[in-house]
Amino acid sequence: MTTDFRFRGSGPGRKALIIAIEAAFIAYAALIFYPLANMVLSSFKTTREILQKPFALPSRLDFSNYAVVWVEKGFGRYFLNSLWITAASMAFVLLFGSMAAYGVSRYKYRLSTLVYMLFLSGIMLPLKAAIIPLFILMKNLRLIDKPLSVILVFIAMGLPSTVFILSGFMKAVPVDLEYAARIDGCSDWGIYRRIVMPVVAPAISLVTIYNAVPIWNDFFFPLVFLQSDRWKTLPVGLTSFFGQHSTNWSLLFTGLSIAVLPILFLYLFMAKYFIRGMTSGAVK
Amino acid sequence: MTAKDLRKGLWIALFVLPGLVIVCTVILLPLFMSLFNSLFGWNQLLRGDFVGLDNFRKVFGTEPYKTRFLNALGNNLRWFAVTMAVQNTLGLLFGYLLSRRIAGHEFFKRVIFIPVLFSIVAVGFLWGLYLRPNGLLNGFLKLAGRADLMRAWLGDERLATFSIILVNIWRWVGFPSLVFLAAIDNVPVECLEAAYLDGAREGTIFRRIILPLIVPSITVITVLTIIGSLNVFEQIYTMAGLDGPPNFSTDTIGTLFYRTAFGSVDSGSPEIGVGSAIGVVIYLLTFVASILSIASLGRKEVEL
Repeated sequence: MTTDFRFRGSGPGRKALIIAIEAAFIAYAALIFYPLANMVLSSFKTTREILQKPFALPSRLDFSNYAVVWVEKGFGRYFLNSLWITAASMAFVLLFGSMAAYGVSRYKYRLSTLVYMLFLSGIMLPLKAAIIPLFILMKNLRLIDKPLSVILVFIAMGLPSTVFILSGFMKAVPVDLEYAARIDGCSDWGIYRRIVMPVVAPAISLVTIYNAVPIWNDFFFPLVFLQSDRWKTLPVGLTSFFGQHSTNWSLLFTGLSIAVLPILFLYLFMAKYFIRGMTSGAVK
Repeated sequence: MTAKDLRKGLWIALFVLPGLVIVCTVILLPLFMSLFNSLFGWNQLLRGDFVGLDNFRKVFGTEPYKTRFLNALGNNLRWFAVTMAVQNTLGLLFGYLLSRRIAGHEFFKRVIFIPVLFSIVAVGFLWGLYLRPNGLLNGFLKLAGRADLMRAWLGDERLATFSIILVNIWRWVGFPSLVFLAAIDNVPVECLEAAYLDGAREGTIFRRIILPLIVPSITVITVLTIIGSLNVFEQIYTMAGLDGPPNFSTDTIGTLFYRTAFGSVDSGSPEIGVGSAIGVVIYLLTFVASILSIASLGRKEVEL
């Protein structure tokens, strides 16, 4: 239930206060939008224009920068790498995460709490602090400079919160549904697949957003594990790009726009789900 | 054991094991390996003799590690203090004002959350450009006739850390705002109605009713801030550099740890032993600080 909880009373003091609050919010919205708008506008300017007239509109709409950055500077490849690595990691986070959540929430056995705690321990531990043993582990598995290394780390990063959120939802699925399916001859796998998973589908979309955003944005593990240019993800590619072209402001703003705009557009269409997905883990 | 129990056990194993194996090898095993490795001397990637707590003694008592470590830890504390004081206070204020259904609240709610989705790397580089001496911020100050306020935002030892923290707040303040908004929206409407009818003032209602009821979300945000402050890395990497320039003034445990593990404290070869010790210290600090804040805030929780 949402509280209806408007400011009450109507004296002139109250009115002035409300106007001040609205003005503050509008100013804050400008503080968010202006740097983004300036970024996109700057990507159409020359470096000279950016430095001499930082607040002016670009003199022409020239998309050639985008072609250069996307094709020659490899952002197309970085983008695709980020895309498939995130998708592959998420597929396994959802599969193994939902299976594990089913295994700890739908059976009664002595070790279930221990298994649940093992999964949960990953929520609090900063994985970055274990980078040395992880690096040695990946080296021994011969996975350095192979995308599988970061995919494994991303799966591990996503599993704890996924098990935590999904097992909460799965516990709430009525046992009667399960009994009925069992009488009809359904196996345990069938119950997971055809009864429980469809019921918790809304939670799946929530978990997807909650985990896909940090995985898509992650910088540290691809930086350490993927060294050759062909496997670089967008954040790492952006970093080496900034190292090489630190004075070409025009190209830098184009690279940033390519990194930022897709997420922004996706968000404009799905804001509600993003907000719910990102806050649900903390609120529960 | 009956055949039925065995079948059940096998099903449980099938469901739980794939995830459990990954979590154990990628999260838990490395945690114990960090502890183990920190007790040995290292030659590059080869483990040497058992040295007890020597690596920890180095971190806390031997130059140059000691100075670097304490300097970095001080900056992490600064991150925590400023983030709590500015970001989370602002978040609480935003959450509270949005809960009062001011005009356009749905729009504002969505807008303040936009930067939360951007990567730290992109935000860091973008603001890094704006904060350069010839960047947008100084250009704006000049245009506004306040050229006297122009600064080398990332080049001045006293300013650099705070500039980077403020950029991070720009990116992340939407998150605590929405967590607090959700918590305030869950305060039962009867409590508020009753307080209004009793003629309680705005401030009193906030302090006496809303604040005590949203303590659990304050705990969550505090713990997340502790974890985030101890893990600052990308922000420094993109806006200052791995060495925490200028003159180590932006150095944090994260960047120091990275240099120790993959480069060295003052340029040189990787030092796995000392690096592992720093990693263990990060784990311990995160763990102890989180437990302490959960315990101290937990006592303030009230049940309805």
